[in-house]
Amino acid sequence: MAHVPEPDRSDLSRRDFLARSAAMSAATVAVGVWPAGPAAAAGPAPPANNLVDVTLRVNGRPHQLRLDPRTTLLDTLRERLHLTGTKKGCDRGQCGACTVHVDGRRVLACLTLAASLRDRAVTTIEGLAPGGDLHPMQQAFIDHDGFQCGFCTPGQIMSAVALLREGHAGSDDEIREFMSGNLCRCGAYPTIVDAVKAVGPRGGSN
Amino acid sequence: MRAFTFDTPATVADAVAQAGDGSAYLAGGTTLVDLMKLDAMTPTRVLDINRLPMRGIRLEGARLSVGALERMSDVADHPMVRARYPVVAEALLRSASPQVRNMASIGGNLLQRTRCGYFRDPDTPCNKRAPGTGCPARDGHNRAHAILGTSNDCVATHPSDLAVALVALDASVLLRNRTGERIVRLDDIYRLPENTPHLENQLHPGELLTEVSIPALDWARRSTYVKVRDRQSYEFALTSAAVALDVRGGMIRNARVAAGGVGTKPWRLPAVERALTGRPMRLDTFESAVAHAADGARPLAHNRFKPALLRRTIVRALTGLED
Ligand SMILES: Cc1cc2nc3c(=O)[nH]c(=O)nc-3n(C[C@H](O)[C@H](O)[C@H](O)COP(=O)(O)OP(=O)(O)OC[C@H]3O[C@@H](n4cnc5c(N)ncnc54)[C@H](O)[C@@H]3O)c2cc1C
Ligand code: SF4
Ligand code: FES
Ligand code: FES
Repeated sequence: MAHVPEPDRSDLSRRDFLARSAAMSAATVAVGVWPAGPAAAAGPAPPANNLVDVTLRVNGRPHQLRLDPRTTLLDTLRERLHLTGTKKGCDRGQCGACTVHVDGRRVLACLTLAASLRDRAVTTIEGLAPGGDLHPMQQAFIDHDGFQCGFCTPGQIMSAVALLREGHAGSDDEIREFMSGNLCRCGAYPTIVDAVKAVGPRGGSN
Repeated sequence: MRAFTFDTPATVADAVAQAGDGSAYLAGGTTLVDLMKLDAMTPTRVLDINRLPMRGIRLEGARLSVGALERMSDVADHPMVRARYPVVAEALLRSASPQVRNMASIGGNLLQRTRCGYFRDPDTPCNKRAPGTGCPARDGHNRAHAILGTSNDCVATHPSDLAVALVALDASVLLRNRTGERIVRLDDIYRLPENTPHLENQLHPGELLTEVSIPALDWARRSTYVKVRDRQSYEFALTSAAVALDVRGGMIRNARVAAGGVGTKPWRLPAVERALTGRPMRLDTFESAVAHAADGARPLAHNRFKPALLRRTIVRALTGLED
């Protein structure tokens, strides 16, 4: 698991450097860009000052950001907006630790480019229960010991809230199947199912 | 990740006009962003197509038309899809995770890249990613790799479950390019690797997949998708089977069978379909029909189990269609 955050500015300059050195050693073709025929040669390199302006709505608040287009929603939340509740587990779409809601649907922040989210509403674990109370699902995870180390927990809770809204809490098996995108290395799975069941079908609002 | 410029074309015409050397379309990003992070795909320009009007699930005449940007979860949940083509809904629900299905489009799903670990790792050779460098999978880790349609240059499986169901149903895709539009059978879109594994499909550079069209098939109401994998959920197929049967009076009048996890493309099995047709709907029919399902297979060191597993997977799927 690589969840050591990189500081914002050094990260950008390191990336710029990597991009430039990659362009210089571009003896390799721009492989696989066309699913069909990378008859496609490498295109022109992007200009040095290549940034995009994005207005992101996060937990009800608009944020004006100027971003390198490579920036994921996950890095934007954690490194720019300092909302570190959303976790970076695999950074590859495989563990669910980075689960957030976009327009009310659960998605993976690590595979979402922030630049693609203009005018979309993002909800993170910090915005689940505005006003300092706990969301019923957060309370249920505490009541049922739905975690040990807690690293996967924000993603589990965001996923569980969406699962109830989707109507997939019909049985233990259904809950397990529709929570399968959230891995837990501590193996808290049985108590996670208990927590989801305890909140029941009305727990999907936020 | 390599640097790229980012644009959001507003119309289909804009999108295909802006596409060019080194560009890639971004739909859900669950393949593209993943592979860009790994430097296995290195576009210099990313065109976000999510504003394009390629949405909607509707009947067009007797065919079902599905916009390329419809998300996997929405297609799986759609009442018409569930009623008319259960095999499609099931293939989607057995794919990936709820989060990935909420993000991923069906156009992107059909054009996703192989999960071969060497393809995903730019530090290793791979003919598909870097033509002419070799294929380490042939003598390396190849448990998940293909046994049908392979070549000396590439043995990678096509990973899409949806594509297997759609090939069984004879679906077509609508492609848009700068000069116009064309319709191609999905089965014909995928190329065998032969000695050019980097050419995966028949799309021209810059061509946009705008729509999937599924023919009417009354009896596809009796269809299903069985997927066998190393864990029960959230995993790619070792083997899978999409089957549909037209059964009247206990006799099989018509059959569709396609397999996943075993081929370098979604693998239709016409010989199995013929062997089922005109025979009674019974286990012994299924068992003799699948005898030749893996004919011509070339198993690798770590996937010698696949021919037998494939036959059993198809039998299990067919058995699931009994009343
Ligand atoms: C953890 C994980 C598990 C998964 N498990 C499964 C599974 O079990 N079964 C399965 O079938 N899949 C699985 N997938 C793959 C997933 O289904 C695909 O990544 C997804 O369907 C791709 O769709 P997308 O919209 O995200 O495509 P993108 O990533 O946006 O695009 C994929 C490719 O297609 C191109 N493209 C996209 N749309 C178009 C278009 N309209 N016209 C032309 N080109 C286009 C892109 O340029 C890119 O090359 C899994 C993925 C992950 C991350
Ligand atoms: S099987 Fe294909 S994709 Fe995998 S290493 Fe060999 S050439 Fe590359
Ligand atoms: S961090 Fe693992 S899925 Fe996003
Ligand atoms: S509680 Fe530790 S990873 Fe889930």
